[in-house]
Amino acid sequence: MTRTASNGRKPPTAGGRVEVRKTYKLYLGGQFPRSESGRSYVVAATDGTPLANAVRASRKDLRDAVRAARGAFPGWAERTAMNRGQVLYRVAELMEGRRDQFVNEVAQAEGIRDDRAREVVNRAIDRWVWYAGWADKIAQVLGSSNPVASDFFNFTIPEPTGVVGVVAPEVSSLLGLVSRLAPPLVAGNTVVVLASESRPLPAITLTEVLATSDVPGGVVNVLTGRKRELVPVLAAHVDVDALDVWGVPDDLRKDVELLAADSVMRIARRPAGVTDARFDWLDDRASERPEWIAAYLEMKTVWHPIGV
Amino acid sequence: MMPDVTETKALRPWSGDRAPADWGLGDGQAVPWEYAPAPESKDVVTIKPRYGLFIDGREVNASDGGWFKSVNPATEEALAEVAKATTADVDRAIRAARRAQKTRWGNLPGRERAKYLFRIARILQERSREFAVLESMDSGKPIKESRDVDVPLVANHFWYYAGWADKLEYAFPGRVAKPLGVAAQVIPWNFPLLMLAWKIAPALAAGNTVVLKPASTTPLSALLFAEVCQQADLPAGVVNIVPGPSEIGMHLVSSPNVDKVAFTGSTVVGKLIQKATAGTNKALTLELGGKAANIVFEDAALDQAVEGIVNGIYFNQGEVCCAGSRLLVQESVQGALIEKLKDRLSTIRVGDPLDKNTDVGAINSKAQLDKITELVEAGVAEGADMYQPACDLPDRGYFFRPTLFTNVAQSHRIAKEEIFGPVLSVLTFRTPDEAVEKANNTPYGLSAGVWTEKGSRILWMVRKMKAGVVWANTFNRFDPTSPFGGYKESGFGREGGMHGLHAYVKLEDR
Repeated sequence: MTRTASNGRKPPTAGGRVEVRKTYKLYLGGQFPRSESGRSYVVAATDGTPLANAVRASRKDLRDAVRAARGAFPGWAERTAMNRGQVLYRVAELMEGRRDQFVNEVAQAEGIRDDRAREVVNRAIDRWVWYAGWADKIAQVLGSSNPVASDFFNFTIPEPTGVVGVVAPEVSSLLGLVSRLAPPLVAGNTVVVLASESRPLPAITLTEVLATSDVPGGVVNVLTGRKRELVPVLAAHVDVDALDVWGVPDDLRKDVELLAADSVMRIARRPAGVTDARFDWLDDRASERPEWIAAYLEMKTVWHPIGV
Repeated sequence: MMPDVTETKALRPWSGDRAPADWGLGDGQAVPWEYAPAPESKDVVTIKPRYGLFIDGREVNASDGGWFKSVNPATEEALAEVAKATTADVDRAIRAARRAQKTRWGNLPGRERAKYLFRIARILQERSREFAVLESMDSGKPIKESRDVDVPLVANHFWYYAGWADKLEYAFPGRVAKPLGVAAQVIPWNFPLLMLAWKIAPALAAGNTVVLKPASTTPLSALLFAEVCQQADLPAGVVNIVPGPSEIGMHLVSSPNVDKVAFTGSTVVGKLIQKATAGTNKALTLELGGKAANIVFEDAALDQAVEGIVNGIYFNQGEVCCAGSRLLVQESVQGALIEKLKDRLSTIRVGDPLDKNTDVGAINSKAQLDKITELVEAGVAEGADMYQPACDLPDRGYFFRPTLFTNVAQSHRIAKEEIFGPVLSVLTFRTPDEAVEKANNTPYGLSAGVWTEKGSRILWMVRKMKAGVVWANTFNRFDPTSPFGGYKESGFGREGGMHGLHAYVKLEDR
């Protein structure tokens, strides 16, 4: 494998030293396992140059990931909102320190120039900051005190839905992923991500950041592999509460949503008329939306009598 | 004048002519009083022999001339014939709604839409008794409830959302709320008019038009509501009502020409409706079944709790998606609570829905009565202990005694399945953690009740409960300002309050 993509970038090799290559693995329950299936697939740059072998996760890996996410859910949901915000802010801090690595990988994965890749990475870091700040505000914006016409104190508070499956955008390997991953996380959900199938490597590098930040193991689980193999299993899994179908291939979406309906799974879709390929993730206004957080919230209404 | 005891035998809530021993009247003493019949007058409502569909502002016959009968479940007699919508009628109603949305309603300033909704609210208040009587006759629910709960809530719901119509920009800061377009709405038979209000009021306030299919056993109040729309001079096509069988509802929600689907009903049908919208960009809200836990801690005010438990499961014959059908009682007070509950059950009056003293009216249909009967038989067969007060039931009509099961295991069908009838299953717990575990041990998550005098425990339970509505030291309360809806397989989306508006708008950037 040459690992030289169309942008002419070569891995740093100083003085004829042989580079130590990275093995890209799954991120599951806070660990970095290979697939129990022992399978992998070749990931290529946009010009066809092979970049690395990625793990081809199995259905069993996916079920393990859902179990890890379910196990991590109560702890993450019951963190204080401010703490969740700080933990996610720290993801941005650590990405900042590995910016060059991300720029390099995004440039290779997406076949874009370095300056463009730098912009994408900067924006991905800033997006964590934007969403992290919502952690202790969303309840005040979306919750309510309800003036009922009787002697009761009545209020409505948002709570996380539970385990969320995120089928990541296919084209935007890092910024698209971060933009879809942060909203369910900040609300207190735990997540199983199916990374971009054709551009999975930046997602795996992101998991290395997550593992060394304060995000508890199991809160985010990232699988790489074939969407056609894995998405239906995710959609049919009764312990998945909500599903982001953004990155589901269009011809697969109906079947996937049919499976999800069997457990009344909440579905988060792309806005009507928006394609994955043409969506502008650099547009802050379009990608930074409290509605995307609200998609993974349940509203709980409480009634309490007023009396002496 | 005191009525003769033997003449009113049918009305007595207990068997024999002796009062229950603990009424303080002396053991087995003869009862000194009895309830006289107190029927609500039917004069206030004129039921037409036939009701047409309501499409494009006019009452019309079905395209194939078909009719079906709507039956009074308390007498088993037909009340009226109702036009049975065909798929062609549904398509016509959708076209009318689209036209009205595009040419009139969608362009009308919010403050003008508001005034129509205020008009509707006022007319509903003016005609409230008429609606209450018709609702009780068509659905079987006690007049006490249709008069004091359903109809006032209906009017209030329109009132509440009327005021939102010109204030949408304040509901969604930073965004412009636009109507979705045409809403397809399918509602159940347990609260026919109230569910209509929950669906239509927010839809119209946000600038949508609607095609609504009422349940086939309870179409009459919806068709009387069509008259209200006419009285209010609501523009033609804004509200369309198409009664018919479930296939008509499925045709409506499956239409490529609707933008929004809202359904209240069973989880089984909810899943079919979610499937009907799979792969589309239709907005969807589902309000589905429930198997709510009503949890009584040992420090609770037991007499109040008994009232709450009774209201929780026998309100509207238990035909309530959020009914407190599983009583979880802390083991230390189980004996005392069950005794009080049995005493209270002996005073519940089952019978004529139009009698103002009736607590539990008629089951909505023969099919529903059969389902309740089947599940109660399963409860007995699986080994739970059944208690029913020895009340007399009317000779005709679909009635079922208030029923209490003790010694229930979590695996019993009566503890797992939604019965949708006046049947309470009692389970016990020892610790708060066990109560939470058992309460959440269901695919449903609509509502829950907590009874304790300790405030911090209430809020701890609130946090732990997977339910969209939690009633603390109360049960089955509703209000237009208060969001209602489920977790898990009880559906998604909220109705009521500001959150209820969200289901009927698309948010665009400013």
